[in-house]
Amino acid sequence: MELNDLAQRRGEWLRGTGAESDIVLSSRIRLARNLVQFPFINRADDTVRAEIERTVRSQLTDVSLGGPRTYLEVDHLERLDRQFLVERQLISRELADSHGARAVYFTDEENVSLMVNEEDHLRMQVFHSGFDLDACWQQISRLDDQLEDCLPFSYSQELGYLTACPTNAGTGIRVSVLLHLPGLVMTGEVKKVFTALQKINLAVRGLYGEGTQAMGDFYQISNQITLGKAEEKLIRSIKDVVPNIIAYERRVRKALVEENRAAIHDKIARAYGTLRSAQAISSQETMDLLSSVRMGVNLGFIDDLPLATVNELFLQIQPAHLQKLRKTVLDSGDRNAARAAYLRRRLTDASSASDTTLG
Amino acid sequence: MKCDRCPKVATFHITDIEKGKPTELHLCEECAQKFKYTSLSPQAPSAPAQEAGMSEGELEQLERLVCPTCKLGFREFRAQGRLGCADCYTAFRDELLPLLENIHGEVQHVGKAPRRAPQDSRRRQDLIRLRSEMKSAISEELYERAAEIRDQIQQLERELQGESQG
Repeated sequence: MELNDLAQRRGEWLRGTGAESDIVLSSRIRLARNLVQFPFINRADDTVRAEIERTVRSQLTDVSLGGPRTYLEVDHLERLDRQFLVERQLISRELADSHGARAVYFTDEENVSLMVNEEDHLRMQVFHSGFDLDACWQQISRLDDQLEDCLPFSYSQELGYLTACPTNAGTGIRVSVLLHLPGLVMTGEVKKVFTALQKINLAVRGLYGEGTQAMGDFYQISNQITLGKAEEKLIRSIKDVVPNIIAYERRVRKALVEENRAAIHDKIARAYGTLRSAQAISSQETMDLLSSVRMGVNLGFIDDLPLATVNELFLQIQPAHLQKLRKTVLDSGDRNAARAAYLRRRLTDASSASDTTLG
Repeated sequence: MKCDRCPKVATFHITDIEKGKPTELHLCEECAQKFKYTSLSPQAPSAPAQEAGMSEGELEQLERLVCPTCKLGFREFRAQGRLGCADCYTAFRDELLPLLENIHGEVQHVGKAPRRAPQDSRRRQDLIRLRSEMKSAISEELYERAAEIRDQIQQLERELQGESQG
């Protein structure tokens, strides 16, 4: 698939369907693996990195990722294209900014991606729209089995899968769900949730993972522990806690509407109005306003806008996506104008026709 | 009160602040000594600050700790938070176990294991060692030695390939 065609598409994690998808955008599981015959990336110079990449490529021809796939040599991509893939969560920022031979494989549906030469030799991840960690686990475990048949992984009886960073050793698993929590943010209750999660060793991160600030009221909840507990148990720890957060968010939204219907409606309507009429707008402001609009759609205050369109806009207003859609490189000022124009067009189209087709 | 790490009596009561979150630790004297230089997570502040409490001898010992396979020094690991190869887990075992316990609360893997026994893993680790030796031979301009090592590498690679196809 051509990279430029992707910009028009939504990708699995924004499909906006599946269980609890008004609050849980997507579920994701990733596994970290290293090939036994090579040093970790940290001690692999560019020659060794090229050899690792070649080894994986030669072995992966017979492995199915579950559908038609794209292979990209990330080191040969333009900066904009790398940023574009980061925004789609197909690669990590670390892979984008690293050096030497490195690659990514992903399916057309964008529900499976496999990074080569990230922090570990292999980082594979499976996404599902909505709250569905079991499906992610079944799929990624199968992929892991297939890979292991042709690529021997570093493993010890005592410490499990050996990873470059000891924080990932053992299962090498990271289980995460991406939640939209505007109600909890608005009421300040979100802090209590985070404190409670930290107590049970779960991490909270922003939309684009480690070290990024939360944008658009999106939060990723994931496990921190990877050693000494079986994968199913680690998945369970997330699965058990997420319904409580969902219930909490719903309760808070309900209370907000009951206690202050006019003010909430006003906030949502203003956000929608600004997005439909602004002449220049930053991605941060857009994310914040889209968050209110998204909640407005879920609460029924906005009825002429499909949720899938809102989800899609969160991605398409990102800097690299915007430039891909406009097919031109834009500086930050031009991007703000282009973003506003894009939003005006998409939101007017959507509300006049309630049309869900893309582009 | 019992030590959090061993059956002895805790005499040190430590409040550790990590990512703004305080955790309490109750340790015996011996474990407290270990804790001084192993409590750091990989993202922790740079090594010198952490080592302030160590004696000259302890520091020297740490300085000398190097993984025989990939030549990563333990201090380098401490600064970067990344290990150099799978053998580092063996080379730095004594230092890593308390760190792993701190991070995960456990030091024994439970869960998925490769279905295929890694019979050939020793040889693969030899490959890593040989590649690194070849590199240093080249940098020291010992070309004959480098060529010898290269032949050994090729021999090993042929063996491994033959087996994975067989």
